[in-house]
Amino acid sequence: MRKGVRNWGPPLLLVSPTIIILGIFVYGLIAANIQVSTTNRHSLSPESEFVGLENYMALLSEDRFLHSLFNLVMFTVVFIAGTMLFGFIWAWMLDKGVSAEGIFRSVYLFPMAISFVASGVVWRWLLNSAEGDRASGLNRIFESLGLGFLQNAWWNEPIWGMAAIAMPAIWQLSGYVMALFLAGFRGVPQELREAARMDGASEWKLYRYVVFPQLSPIALSALIIVSHMSLKVFDLIMSITGSIYQTEVPATYMWVTLTSNDYAKSATIATILLLLASLFIIPYLIQTWRSEKANR
Amino acid sequence: MTVTEQAPPAARPRSDPGLRTPKPVRRFTMGRTLKYVLLVIFVFVVLIPVYVLIVTSFKPPADVTASTSWGLPVRWPWESVAPGGPTGFDNWTGAWTALAPALGRTFLLAIPAALISSFIGAMNGFVLSRWRFPHADIVFTFILFGMFIPYQAIMTPLVQMKTTLGLPSDISTLLMVHIIYGLPICTLIFRNYYVSIPMELMEASRMDGAGMLRTFASIVLPLSLPGFVVTIIWQFTNAWNDFLFAMFLSDTSGGPVSLALNNLAQGAQLANYGTAMAGALIASLPTLLVYIILGKYFIGGLMSGSVK
Repeated sequence: MRKGVRNWGPPLLLVSPTIIILGIFVYGLIAANIQVSTTNRHSLSPESEFVGLENYMALLSEDRFLHSLFNLVMFTVVFIAGTMLFGFIWAWMLDKGVSAEGIFRSVYLFPMAISFVASGVVWRWLLNSAEGDRASGLNRIFESLGLGFLQNAWWNEPIWGMAAIAMPAIWQLSGYVMALFLAGFRGVPQELREAARMDGASEWKLYRYVVFPQLSPIALSALIIVSHMSLKVFDLIMSITGSIYQTEVPATYMWVTLTSNDYAKSATIATILLLLASLFIIPYLIQTWRSEKANR
Repeated sequence: MTVTEQAPPAARPRSDPGLRTPKPVRRFTMGRTLKYVLLVIFVFVVLIPVYVLIVTSFKPPADVTASTSWGLPVRWPWESVAPGGPTGFDNWTGAWTALAPALGRTFLLAIPAALISSFIGAMNGFVLSRWRFPHADIVFTFILFGMFIPYQAIMTPLVQMKTTLGLPSDISTLLMVHIIYGLPICTLIFRNYYVSIPMELMEASRMDGAGMLRTFASIVLPLSLPGFVVTIIWQFTNAWNDFLFAMFLSDTSGGPVSLALNNLAQGAQLANYGTAMAGALIASLPTLLVYIILGKYFIGGLMSGSVK
């Protein structure tokens, strides 16, 4: 690297507006958020004092918040399982020799281009909880196929409700996971496959012992990305059910607290979300940074 | 893709190649048929919501009954159930009336947000890859971090900041926010793009003593079109589909189409689902068109959001 301010001054100057803006709007606001979460600013009035971790203690022992965490876990588990399963199966099927592959790929991926709000409109209808004669949506399909016992109240179910909310999310993002896996399949060197075939490996063994192991980094990053999306789920729930208790997750709970001007509480929920997200972000950033160094 | 035209190796029996070929071949075609059947079934499953959206949007409210909810419309969209009553087309005109102002605003939001973030991202990507300075990697990681935070983590102080500064609850505030939070991903995409293309010309120009901005404008920028297509699509789609910032920072009288659609749909009971569904289709059309026309680049943006 060339030395001297004449060499590194201009590029640093060019990138400095971004550094300053993100310094304020990412790092500064995160710090401000943490600061607010340690005060008792529970209303519009600006007077507040430092209360330490009191808000965190209160929140973590509050039934409503624990309920929202449970909902989030339920949603996340079903969402991850669904997207990984469909994404993997689709990519595997499309991996070799499918004519019109592009059409299948485009169809599977297209829901990704639609907003959660728009898909919420139709899924609210599909997940209508009415049963029997009044059933519409998916329940109507079950009813007319003679599978009436499959009818259920979807997101109105007490324990499994969030699994129903995960369905539209799976519909929207399985194609994305497919695209990731497909890139992974295509990234397996052709010579490796040929070598395995030369050795007489059956097609199944070729996949089981040669291709699948190569996919684990892709599977890991898909897992990280999807979990990260799941943590933030907000749009979908707001558009299907609105901010109601049954389907409440931390992100929608935060909306409720912030719109009622409970700044301290909403900041506390946000900090907890950030901490949860960091479990995914930090290993990812470290890994990216390491591979950057290795490549240089 | 290059790999697709592979000979089907499953057809070859494991031992003695050349003998006993018919049986494996039949098994192979069976498997292949099964695969296509599955793929087509999945296509239908994925398209179910689209069918529902289109069909329902053309039914007058009186025809949206539970028992016929999955059926095709029973009358033409210009016909009404009772004389003078609402028609299927009325869903569309109703949705259009409700969404049109917000649609216009969303274009005014999403297009500048996409262009400005992309341009700044291109400059950042350039100096972080091709015109580096000491500790550029640390700066890159610093910028990248903003891409991964849940935006809830900055929302409370951001809302407070908006109130304190008296910023309007309309798209001008959202434009600023989308530009700022779009910077990390645009920087990442351009940086990776510039690393991937050969730049002997740029190096030569640098050796000849050309300045940074001059090199960027005359040599790098003309090569950057593919990067711009990816970031513009990505940013446009994100800003268009955004609901989180819209909810927290704007209101229905000045906000984007996602907010207007949600407003339209939340009022919808079974009776006027048609309007809500027509609205969902209208609101999705711009991003869907982008996806259909520029799908390849759309996927490019998705992939850069992942690891490599």
